[in-house]
Amino acid sequence: MTVRTAELLMAILMGVFSIYLMVKSAELPIGWIEDEGPGGGTWPFWLSAIMLISCVGILYNWVRKKGSVATSDKTYIESHVLGDVVAVAGALIVTVALFSFIGIYGALPLFLIFYIRFMGKHSWSLTATLAVAIPVVIFYFFEITLKIILPKGITEPLFLPLYKIFL
Amino acid sequence: MFKTQHTLRKVVCAVGVSAMLAGIPVIGHAWEPQKPVEFVVMAGKGGGADKAVRLLQSIIAADKMAPVPFTPVNKPGGSGAEALVHMKGKQGDNHTIMFTLNSFYTTPLRQPGLGIDIATFTPVARMAEDTFLLWVHSDRKDINSVADFAKAAKAKGNKWIMAGTGKNSEDNLLTDFLNKAYGLDMKYVPYKGGGKVAKELAGKNADSTVNNPSEQLGFYEAGTTKALASFTDKRLPLFPNAPTFKELGKDYVYYMQRTVVGAPGMSKEAAAYYEGLFTKVFNSPKWQDYRNKKSLQGDLLTGDALMSYWKRERDVHEIMLKEMGAIK
Amino acid sequence: MLEILGLLAQGFVVVFEPQNLLLIIAGCTLGLFIGAMPGLGSVNGVAILLPLTFLVPPTGAIIFLAAIYYGAMYGGAISSIMLGIPGASTAVATTFDGRPLAKQGLADKALIGAAVASFVGGTISVVLFTFFAPPLAHVALVFGAPEEFALMMLAFATFVGLGGDDIFKTLFSITIGLVLSAIGFDIISGEPRLVLWDITGFLHGVNFLVLAIGIYGIGEMLWTVEEHALGGGKSMLSDATVTVARTISALKEILKTWKTSVMGSLLGYFVGILPAAGATPGSLMAYGIAKQISKEPEKFGNGALEGVVAPEAANNAASTGSMLPMLTLGIPGSPTTAILLGGMVIWGLEPGPRLFVDHSEFVWGLIASLYAANLFTVIINIAFIPVFIKVLKTPFTILAPVIFTLCLIGGYAPTQDMHDVWLMIVFGIVGYLMRKLDYPLAPAVLAIVLGPLAEPALRQSLIISDGSFMIFFERFYAGPIMIAALILLFLPLFKKVYDRH
Repeated sequence: MTVRTAELLMAILMGVFSIYLMVKSAELPIGWIEDEGPGGGTWPFWLSAIMLISCVGILYNWVRKKGSVATSDKTYIESHVLGDVVAVAGALIVTVALFSFIGIYGALPLFLIFYIRFMGKHSWSLTATLAVAIPVVIFYFFEITLKIILPKGITEPLFLPLYKIFL
Repeated sequence: MFKTQHTLRKVVCAVGVSAMLAGIPVIGHAWEPQKPVEFVVMAGKGGGADKAVRLLQSIIAADKMAPVPFTPVNKPGGSGAEALVHMKGKQGDNHTIMFTLNSFYTTPLRQPGLGIDIATFTPVARMAEDTFLLWVHSDRKDINSVADFAKAAKAKGNKWIMAGTGKNSEDNLLTDFLNKAYGLDMKYVPYKGGGKVAKELAGKNADSTVNNPSEQLGFYEAGTTKALASFTDKRLPLFPNAPTFKELGKDYVYYMQRTVVGAPGMSKEAAAYYEGLFTKVFNSPKWQDYRNKKSLQGDLLTGDALMSYWKRERDVHEIMLKEMGAIK
Repeated sequence: MLEILGLLAQGFVVVFEPQNLLLIIAGCTLGLFIGAMPGLGSVNGVAILLPLTFLVPPTGAIIFLAAIYYGAMYGGAISSIMLGIPGASTAVATTFDGRPLAKQGLADKALIGAAVASFVGGTISVVLFTFFAPPLAHVALVFGAPEEFALMMLAFATFVGLGGDDIFKTLFSITIGLVLSAIGFDIISGEPRLVLWDITGFLHGVNFLVLAIGIYGIGEMLWTVEEHALGGGKSMLSDATVTVARTISALKEILKTWKTSVMGSLLGYFVGILPAAGATPGSLMAYGIAKQISKEPEKFGNGALEGVVAPEAANNAASTGSMLPMLTLGIPGSPTTAILLGGMVIWGLEPGPRLFVDHSEFVWGLIASLYAANLFTVIINIAFIPVFIKVLKTPFTILAPVIFTLCLIGGYAPTQDMHDVWLMIVFGIVGYLMRKLDYPLAPAVLAIVLGPLAEPALRQSLIISDGSFMIFFERFYAGPIMIAALILLFLPLFKKVYDRH
């Protein structure tokens, strides 16, 4: 896919999104209400309308072939780069999905091992050290010092004794 | 994706509870929280409810009343809708409690789509009822009574600005009452939070407000604003010169609850634990001192008495909202 | 005047009690690290440490909290410069030039510049606070909805210069930020609004941090992953070093920007004292004005030192300023001061006009501790700079997963809702794809902060005026601010038209 094609797709996608936002805003009154001023939907409705207009403007420039992006026929994401980007983005999504199941202290070491060992090709000993040390530091800083309780999933019972000791 | 999270939590809780039961076989040992308790606030940071929660949290922590910390989490979205939906998703959770206001009644009434039935929530303890007064700026030397107020407001028609906290909020209900009772046409301008409302009056950007005492106290003590009358049964000790609307011949009393609520379906043992804990907090000198300073009313109310109080108040609010035309 | 100095001296006596001094040092250090974490800001530090303060008397407690507050304001610049992720909305403007400087291998200069500017901003504002608190409190009091809206327009006007060359994409970015900020809850009507796809997580709206960490954290990191892959494994960050010679030459350059820091400090302080405005509009306006008055405006956005100095001076000055409405009016100017306000209530101190009289020991202890906290933080901050620079030299494939980890937790911490973590990932990926198409994204991030301030002010004003826009021009303070905003807004347009002829 070229940058020019991507520009077209993004503008269409965002145009559709702004129409959705307009429809959603219109669930509340978008006109003037006597003694109450503008209705609750007015502000987002007209802003979404301006958003739509700017998408149309971007499309207009695309048709006229104006600007460096609209004329670029370079590849949008180079194929040898795409692998890395997709791998990282995918790993993030899997990690977040795992937060709710095996908890942050189950998912984070897996993410760290994936990135440091398989993306970074660092040694196993370094990988293992970091995969243990980082979650420990996070537990100490966030949960003990700042009392921000992070998701635990099914690992929660393991933490009950720790809460007793530290909190 | 978002729904499964809640079911999962339930499973987790079940696992947690059973593990606990297996691990601690001491019969007769009362229930105690095992992990930090999430203390949901139905309002934003810095408001009256938030301040009260942080005080409650600190009383519990300072006097070591509980084995775990209570961590406040603000969920102000949608007039408390966000908090209510969150609590509903915590069905059966023994480690989530919430601090509520009157939006506990009005929000489910106005948004039936949320599917919230407050009768399913676990009553813990009503810690106080906050009061409302009618306030004007002290520079209005011509206004010294509700009668003067009504005259001045009538003369200005819909140019008289009443500042309050959001459409259909408690302040709006009271403004509607005043408009109706004295034949006024005040313009209601909503602001974010009672503190901001109080400031608009002190800065003369509004003509009158119906603040809680805690919100106006700073300006009142500095002599910037004055209270004309209170929406209570009896005169408040802090404002002995402000008559009640009852004395003025209008039978109108209105309070704001400050109540601790447990998640729906909380276990009996846990509910009893929180009830005992907050009874202790209620009787602590720090909370009593706060109640006196902020002129808070209302006795401690727990268990079934609290539940029937909720049901009664919900019916009262339903009638009020219907009269306003906010619901059908 | 003499009376004030006497009271201030008394305040210093309180501050220099050994226990309070220790509290300041501990608070500054802790605040610095909390502020440097993406997603955590002074609000977290102050809120969570509030219950601990029961162990010490109120004066000691507020000194500790003020120290954390200051430390976090300094710390915010650190993640903005080093990682390009603003840890708090107040530090967004710092990324515009701090990040390019770091990429050019000048992270040390940017960090020292930020520290020095923060110190200047803190000092000027606290001096102003000492001598002119009561009259300024009056201005804050009469500042109503029309004035607030006029001020927001002024802040928006400074946006104009921030976008790219493509006017449609800039407009798109501003409006999508504003619409996202409208999600959740309409404070005027009290109705839920724009609950997208009826997912309940949207009821609490889209938090600024979710968008900022999404775009600047996840999105920027994906972008760097790509650059890293293209560059064949070269480190993404800078190869700055800290040597005495470099530091001296950096300091010399920083001294030359004194006019910018003074301007930023004054502006930040005055915007900060206005209730509800807070430090973000202040730092943004300072950046915009620094660019307008600069002899080399084209350097802005590409690593101008003034572009770091102006917002940093302003946001520290504004954080002192926002204490004024909190203490004298009981109105918090920022979320952090809202928590501080809660703390005062717990200690039984009633904020309001009488506080200065009834609890003068507390007030002057606080003011004196602001002087002390400011001084200690700048020293501690500069002492840590070599450590921060070292961290940047870690290989990218180790640093990247650590930053991603911090982003994920930073997205969860403010609301403690997994919904926001998912949203952050979505913003990150979409932001990355948009960035590749040259969409400017900074305007969206700033719009999401200013939108919730501007909309209610506009609607309240229109309710008061029965729909007449004249209300913004008729009032004593609103009028001039609004006219200044309109001039600033249309100036570039006039210039373009003029240039063509």
